[in-house]
Amino acid sequence: MHVKAQVGMVMNLDKCIGCHTCSVTCKQVWTNRHGAEYIWFNNVETKPGVGYPKRWEDQEEWQGGWELDRKGRLRLKAGGRLKKLLQIFWNPDLPEIDDYYEPWTYDYEKLTTAPLSEHDPVARPKSQLTGKDMSIKWGPNWDDDLAGAPEHALRDPDLEGLGEQVKLEYEQAFMFYLPRICEHCLNPSCVASCPSGAMYKREEDGIVLVDQEKCRGWRFCVSGCPYKKVYFNHNTGKAEKCTLCYPRIEAGQPTICSETCVGRLRYLGLVLYDADRVEEAASTPDEKDLLDAQLGVFLDPEDPEVRAQASRDGIPDDWIEAARRSPVHALALRYRVALPLHPEFRTLPMVWYVPPLSPVANAFEHAEPGDPDDVFPAIDALRIPVDYLANLLSAGDAEVIRGVLKRLAAMRSYMRRKEVGRRPDAGLAEAAGMEPADVEAMYRLLAIAKYEDRYVIPQAHTELAGRLMEQQGTCGLDFEGGPGNCGAVPASEPATNESFMLTDMAEGRMPAEAAANDEPDDQPLRLNIVEMLERGSRAAPEAEA
Amino acid sequence: MSAGALLLWVVIPYVALTIFVVGHVWRYRRDQFMWTSRSTQMLESRWLRWGSTLFHYGTFLAIGGHVIGIAIPAAVPDAFGIDEEGYHLISVSAGTLAGVLVLAGFVILLYRRLRFPRVAATTTRTDLVAYGALTVALVTGVIATSGWNLFVSGYDYRETVAPWFRGIFLLDPNPELMTEPPLIYQIHALSAWLLYAVWPFTRLVHAWSFPIQYLGRPYILYRRRYAPARTGGG
Repeated sequence: MHVKAQVGMVMNLDKCIGCHTCSVTCKQVWTNRHGAEYIWFNNVETKPGVGYPKRWEDQEEWQGGWELDRKGRLRLKAGGRLKKLLQIFWNPDLPEIDDYYEPWTYDYEKLTTAPLSEHDPVARPKSQLTGKDMSIKWGPNWDDDLAGAPEHALRDPDLEGLGEQVKLEYEQAFMFYLPRICEHCLNPSCVASCPSGAMYKREEDGIVLVDQEKCRGWRFCVSGCPYKKVYFNHNTGKAEKCTLCYPRIEAGQPTICSETCVGRLRYLGLVLYDADRVEEAASTPDEKDLLDAQLGVFLDPEDPEVRAQASRDGIPDDWIEAARRSPVHALALRYRVALPLHPEFRTLPMVWYVPPLSPVANAFEHAEPGDPDDVFPAIDALRIPVDYLANLLSAGDAEVIRGVLKRLAAMRSYMRRKEVGRRPDAGLAEAAGMEPADVEAMYRLLAIAKYEDRYVIPQAHTELAGRLMEQQGTCGLDFEGGPGNCGAVPASEPATNESFMLTDMAEGRMPAEAAANDEPDDQPLRLNIVEMLERGSRAAPEAEA
Repeated sequence: MSAGALLLWVVIPYVALTIFVVGHVWRYRRDQFMWTSRSTQMLESRWLRWGSTLFHYGTFLAIGGHVIGIAIPAAVPDAFGIDEEGYHLISVSAGTLAGVLVLAGFVILLYRRLRFPRVAATTTRTDLVAYGALTVALVTGVIATSGWNLFVSGYDYRETVAPWFRGIFLLDPNPELMTEPPLIYQIHALSAWLLYAVWPFTRLVHAWSFPIQYLGRPYILYRRRYAPARTGGG
């Protein structure tokens, strides 16, 4: 057992109203720059819908994530290392900008500078790629709220196999919102796909980052990520991705998308997991067992043995305590109401979702609340088909979805009876496999959702940096119990491609963590003067007015 | 030996090589952020597929040909029983193939860059310099390899150009050797130094980052934010 800590997220889809505040605040903070206009580290999709980029969920088309070969071994779906190097001059699986959308702005200046004329002046759309006039054909939320659904929504890959269940007539249509960020996976295929070794997962908190100084723009991370959450900046020629707002996380603050979420639907907390069992879990033969396999990788911080091992593995005490109070651990493991997005991609994602129930509250209102047998059959009468949610959140296993919806429905009925002054019905909780106390705790977490319960984020320990002055020029591995040499890998584990994971401890010094991500474009520091001078005179107009 | 020959065949090569080496060190040390292939595939993919693939694989072939023809003394193939006539046959046919591949790829890439406004908008001045230097080197190279040999008369550059080139690196330059070759070979040789001199300041630097180390690397990489603290009073 090798205990690592990971900052995970859970989003309660019941509460998402699709306001896009998370997307907008994220963009203002991270991607409000030339070259990143089309990039949304956080975006909100209407489901059913094609998504951003279009049909990203269809891995037969995009070849992202992992698959098992005939012998059951885990391999990148797009092919191994040699195949990648041979295709490096043209990546067959890379989305084009039109799969996202062509970014644009408006010629706002025209509105104030146009001479007096009979007709009002018009602000024409200008492409942010070329600076020229353009006609807008697609945008970051073109199918928002099922807009154009008869034309687009049926192309949603999650609708596969649902056939007659899905109707798009107004009276029968269903929809819900799916906010998406990087999954900060335990088994990230973007990191595995990066030929330069520029992408990495942080030991301390599991955040996946791109080292902007090491990225050489080979763009296999973009195609390798099945969630299409690594983006290519066409100005810098480098990959960029959601950073989980690591500067805020390190300070114990929630990410911008979480902090500004109007529906207060996001939860952030630690999950302890066993790094030694990640590969085995991702190699689980049956896709439908991947959820349980991933839950099996998570460790219970209430277990004294886990806590002792975590301590031995260098996890600070306050982090272990924070893991015990983690809302993510509670929703995923204790109450089992959170589910990973597309577990069949085999990346072991760490942003999980509580499936939505609310559009169909009616189905329960009409049922006799006293009798659990009347509540639960209604789940299959829900407007959002269980099979659709199963395609999204449980690799097609409808039973998993039914179980989660049952627990959520039972919580509602139980609490309603309690709040209207009747006797709480323990039978309701038991029928959903829960203790009454758990139901009430889950209610507090999901419905009351206090700020301090939603975000349990321990601060980073800068004091663990050790005595940096003293360590200058010394070997970063020269510590007690360390391998004692400056190789990148412990001596017991030679650096062949047989070893699946590499702890890059040669990076003993503080790496330039996605350093350029937060550097504004016009900052001349450490940029090549020759090429950068020319960027000022570029055709494309400035991003937002 | 004239001052002109000395300038063309000794001074220019050493100046170019100095710029090449110092320029790379300078750029690598101060500019990791812009050290990239700066791919435009996501802006235009269809034409890039053929242009880029032909150009790069053709270039590998051409580089291999130059190593065999220029860097390796004629005595080596001789020792393996390949005489001048045999060598000539191989070099002209393989060289022509390489030339056609590179040139076709290059023309497609050039056309693509001019034809598609999205790609054109990413073009920097250093890109134009790189394209210019590559054009001269490529066109003169193809004429020298294919045109000269097929339509004029063959020329055995292994007697002159090759030993002169090796002499530069052996610190024993012999400019006299380069007064003899046909003009097209002289221009081609000079264009190479131009290419080397601009190399470190353009996106051509991505060539040195070809990630061959990926073949022997574990898939998942972890990094620590800080070096582990020393324990035990160390």
